[in-house]
Amino acid sequence: MSATKILRAAAALAVAALLAARARADVKVGDAFPALAPAGLVNLAGGDIPEVTGQVTLVDFWASWCAPCKASFPAMAKLYAALGPRGFRIIAVSVDEKPADAVSFWKRLAPPFITLRDRQQKLVQEVSVPTMPTSYLLDRHGRVRFVHSGFHGDLAELQKEVEQLLDEKS
Amino acid sequence: MKSSASIPARAIAGGRLRRASSIPVALLLAGLLGALLFTGCASASLERVKPWQRGTLANYTMRSDRDPLDVAMAEHVYYSRETASGGRGVGGSGCGCN
Repeated sequence: MSATKILRAAAALAVAALLAARARADVKVGDAFPALAPAGLVNLAGGDIPEVTGQVTLVDFWASWCAPCKASFPAMAKLYAALGPRGFRIIAVSVDEKPADAVSFWKRLAPPFITLRDRQQKLVQEVSVPTMPTSYLLDRHGRVRFVHSGFHGDLAELQKEVEQLLDEKS
Repeated sequence: MKSSASIPARAIAGGRLRRASSIPVALLLAGLLGALLFTGCASASLERVKPWQRGTLANYTMRSDRDPLDVAMAEHVYYSRETASGGRGVGGSGCGCN
């Protein structure tokens, strides 16, 4: 094999390896949010695993060790109380590795919305959240319309976005 | 023994040519192999702890300021050595949230 051929093959291999390293399956605005049931989630209240379609839904990823997540729960409960009657739904997904941590957090804060646990961290890996917490606001078709990274103490912007999606005709 | 004067000038030139072209090729190959090897280092999936895997880092025992006496001693040593006061360290643990 000539040196040129070896060089070409090595260059192609290097490019392929670099592309593979960069390939990440982040869920972005406009993407369909993955279905929850195949990820093997557990409902902390013992109910079924809901679909992400049919209602305007906020999917929030949280962990018991994440201080901003703890701060966000009362604010989300307030938002849910205000817009839940109009068909808004919140699905909070714990990424805790220890089930006891998730359950004690859930019992302490007693959220009025659906709370699940991603026991194998399969869904969070698929979604590839950029930070903790991160929430994805989905329209009635299960499509991601807005993404919020972190919690900065105010859900006014999120409330506007939810109202906008609720006003849309299905 | 054959003197260099008796070697044909063309052969010497050819030998030099072969040596000169083989060095950049070897360098290029080495560079590409190196790039391939270090691709792993550039990969986000290998080098970073994912945001959802930071439970252990966020643990209280990971905090450097959990013992006030230890902090006071460390700061005393630091200030004595650097002849400077204040502006040292940041709060919080390693969860990297927000």
